[in-house]
This record gives sequence, C-alpha cells and structure tokens, in this order.
Amino acid sequence: MTDLTDLGVAAIRDGVRDGSFSARDVAEAFVAKVSAAKALNAFLVETPDHALAAADAADAAKAAGETLKPLAGVPIGMKDLFCTKGVPATAASLILDGFTPTYESTVSGKLFAAGAGMLGKLNMDQFAMGSSNETSAFGNVISPWKRNDGGNAALTPGGSSGGSAAAIAARLCPGATGTDTGGSIRQPAAFTGIAGIKPTYGRCSRWGVVAFASSLDQAGPMAHDVRDCAILLEAMTGFDAKDATSLDLAVPAWEAGLSADLRGKTIGIPKEYRVEGMPPEIDALWQQGIAWMKDAGAEVIEVSLPHTKYALPAYYIIAPAEASSNLARYDGVRYGLRDLPEGANLQDMYAATRAAGFGDEVKRRIMIGTYVLSAGFYDAYFTQASKVRTLIARDFEHAFQKCDYLLTPTAPSAAFALGEKQADPIAMYLNDVFTVPASLAGLPAMSVPGGLDAQGLPLGLQIIGRPLDEQGVLNAGLAIEQRAGFIARPEAWW
Amino acid sequence: MSVDIATVKKIASLARIAITEEDAARLAPELDNIMGWIEQLGEVDTADVAPMTAVIPNHLRLRDDVVTDGNVRDAVLANAPQAEHGFFTVPKVIE
Repeated sequence: MTDLTDLGVAAIRDGVRDGSFSARDVAEAFVAKVSAAKALNAFLVETPDHALAAADAADAAKAAGETLKPLAGVPIGMKDLFCTKGVPATAASLILDGFTPTYESTVSGKLFAAGAGMLGKLNMDQFAMGSSNETSAFGNVISPWKRNDGGNAALTPGGSSGGSAAAIAARLCPGATGTDTGGSIRQPAAFTGIAGIKPTYGRCSRWGVVAFASSLDQAGPMAHDVRDCAILLEAMTGFDAKDATSLDLAVPAWEAGLSADLRGKTIGIPKEYRVEGMPPEIDALWQQGIAWMKDAGAEVIEVSLPHTKYALPAYYIIAPAEASSNLARYDGVRYGLRDLPEGANLQDMYAATRAAGFGDEVKRRIMIGTYVLSAGFYDAYFTQASKVRTLIARDFEHAFQKCDYLLTPTAPSAAFALGEKQADPIAMYLNDVFTVPASLAGLPAMSVPGGLDAQGLPLGLQIIGRPLDEQGVLNAGLAIEQRAGFIARPEAWW
Repeated sequence: MSVDIATVKKIASLARIAITEEDAARLAPELDNIMGWIEQLGEVDTADVAPMTAVIPNHLRLRDDVVTDGNVRDAVLANAPQAEHGFFTVPKVIE
C-alpha cells in the first residue's frame, strides 16, 4: 500500500470517496508523522483528536451512503494566526500566552464545515511579522530542505507561514492555511517547493484571524500543487457579514475551471523586477518560465510598473502603521499575558505587559508605526505612502490593459540559512521585493515551484492576476507546474 | 530626519512599551536606518494623487439596527488575566 502521507488533498479526497482507503487511516498516518517531526518545530499545538474525529465523521458518512463533503477525510494544518474554538492560539507571541479562543474564525469554520480535520496549529513568525520564521516566540521553524553542498546549515522555510510551508514540504499535512500580508504565503511556498495562492483582498474573511495589517492581510491555501490549492481555496472563500471588507460575491468553481491552455492569453514581464544583484539562477528560472508560458500558447510581452521600487518602503510605512493600531489591543486587560510590577499603575501595567510579551521585531514595527502616525509626521509618511500605494495599484491597472497576467520570480533568492540575515532588518525586508507590490494592490497572486538552484534548493515563480481572476492565476500556475515537472522533495532527516 | 535616543523613548512611551536605556540606545540607530531607507518615498511626485483608502472597490454595507449577537459575557471574560464579578479588573486608577 502506498504511503498515505505522500498523497495530496485531491488524491486523499478521491480515495476516501471511492473507498480506496478510510479517512481514519489517512488521519492516523498524518498524526503519526506530525508527532515524529518535532525537530522541524512546525507545530505549536497538535490536535490529533480533531483530525481523527473529522475522519471518523467522514467514514461514517461514507458507510451510511451519504454524499461526502468537499474535504471529507482531508486533514490539514492551521496557521496559528487563525482562532479555532477551544484550541490555544498565540500568533507565536508570548503576549497571547494562555489565550484560548471561545469562537471560530470564519475561514477555519468553513474548512471544518467542508469536512476537513485539523492536525494542529502551525508555527509562524510572531504576529506574521517576518520573512524567515525567526521571530516566533517558540523557536525557529527549520526547513526540511538541506543544501546539497555537504554543509548541514539549518535553512529557513520562509515566513511568515513557515510552519505551514515546512509541514507540507515534509509531508506532515497535505495542505494548510496561510496568511499573506506582504508575501507570507508565496515566499515560504517558493522556499519549500510547494504551491500557495493569495486570493484577491476581500475573498477570504479576516474574522477571527489575528490582525497584522488589516488593509493587506489575506488568508489563502498552501499545498503540494495547483489543484490542491484550488480545492482548499474554494472551501475557504466566501462572503462574511462579520468582516466589513469581505466581498459579497459567489465562490467560483476553481477546481472545475482549471485549464493549462493559455492560448489567447498575454503574459506581461515587468521590466522593473529585474533588480540589481539578482542571482543568475533566478533570472534563468524566469527565462524558463517565459518559455513555458509560450509553450502553453501565451503571448509574452514586456510591461512597465514604474513605481515598483517604492513598493517596499511604502509597505514598511503602511503595514507597521496598521500594526501599531491593531496591536494596541494587547494590554494585559482582556486576554493573554499580564505583567503587573509591584506598585504599578494602569499605564505601567500596559507598558510592562507589552515589553514582556512582544518580540523584538514586533516592537520594532509597532514603534515604526507609532512614529509614522505621530503628530507632525503623519502626512509626510502615512499619507505619502497611501498616495504611492495608489500609484502602484495604477501601474498594475495600466499593465493589465495590455496583458492578462504577470510572471515574475517569487523571491530574489533560494532559502537562506537561519541567522544569515537576522542582523540587518532591511536586508530581510528586501526578501519580499517581488511579492509586496501585488499585496499593496490587493491582487491575486500565487507561487508555484519552478526548479532547483545549484545547491538543490527550490525556487518559485509568481503569477499575478487581475482583481478577482483567481482562475486565471491558477491556470497559469498549472501551465507552469505541468511543464516544470517539479518532483524534488527533501530527504527525511528529522 | 534622524531618530535619536530621546525620540525612541518618546515613541516607546506613545506605543506603551517599556524600554530600558540600553534598549533605547540599541533601537535608535536601527530605527534611524530603517527610517532613512523609507525616506526615498519623498522622491515620488504625488501632488495630484489621492491616498488609497480601499484596495478593492467595495460598498459599505448597512444592516438593520438590531442586536445580532451578545449575551456571551462568560465567553468574553474567559481569557481575562483577572476578572471579578463579571468585570475585567485592572490596578486601581482613582485613589
């Protein structure tokens, strides 16, 4: 019998439906793998009972001859940013120590209603702030991948959804939720050789998701391939009256609409993404991607996004500004940690609690946000960044008058070693140079594996689409996936 | 514009984060460096550009003025570090 943990979402769903194996067998196989993979530090909380209960429900429905739910028998991982009722949620921060949500996030609720079970809560960058998973209060997630140079450096799985990416790449779960504020689904997907899509802003409800930057945060799925992403995305998406930014639109049948035929489509190559010092391997992969697009029948043209270089600095005003406001709620009164020094008044308690509970990167971003929003600086920084954001979105609008999708690399390098960039925040921020512009414009974008670098590490290609054109993004992703034939996987050392 | 130690202390106090002298000395050059990098935004001519307020055009929805939720006091208080008599409790504010 094949190892059930090698299977993806579609294969598990179909196998449970046609009786090739039971959902219980699937859940038990994944539960065992999760509990044996502590060395990766991908899971913060394991919830085997949840996964097994969902599996038993699927098996019972099958035995009773009922129509199975779309994700019946599929166990998944849940990024710890999602609140799930009765299971501790920390957003990888000490300040949420002891917090157990009494409610269910809309996205996790939809996935469970579709039949999915939960294997556990996945480690991440603290409050989703980071590109390397080095800001978690509960230790770094280690990528399952190793360089093939004989060195044994522990590599980053990317961030902030690094626990999700590592768990999928190590086949601890067939799929997982991620969230993407400036690239936190796409960059870790690229670093670990998996697929991930950030839908159009507003497609997925943010209700019950710990907030980082509200105008940017968007949930999405991560999985082995494009089809699995389409299946999970369909289950996660949909209007939610509890989120004022939720789009009141029907959920398309993305899986049924998959097609790798790109005839009649035009792919734009943004010339400003050819950044200085880009490794030749990244450029070679990009050229290969262009060839694959042509092979799939698309026409390829060069387009210009002139404000690209300002996207990152605009992001590092807007995201911290929103974070400083969102994270004001962590004050030691209503939930989480409370640090009450002897004789302290209320203000002292707030300050002591926040000093003890937040990690360095979170404090840094709250302080940047507080600074750019403070009296005298608001217009020079925040208003200016919001205007630049308008220009960045306008660049995309102009480009999409000439083409249907954009093709770019996902990240400017392969996964780096843990600790390698920690000392220099700006070098770390530059990792998101290709993903941030689409986030600022709220566009759907996905990363699919394109190949390996000389050290045997995965590299990703990114497709960016028009607002609400997730289908087009998935289809272009499928065209790449079919041509890349990416089958590499990390060797189990954990 | 440069971020000095006094500015860092002021921001920390606005952000309600307690910091030590050493923290402030360490953070000042870090934040100064980041803000220096962000300064490049000033180059962009935005004279006739409206700031973005919503990334995807969406309508503000209205609902009937009725209670749709509530009566969950115990759930709300369940995670409080300290709660008494159905209230959150904090250090004494008024002597």
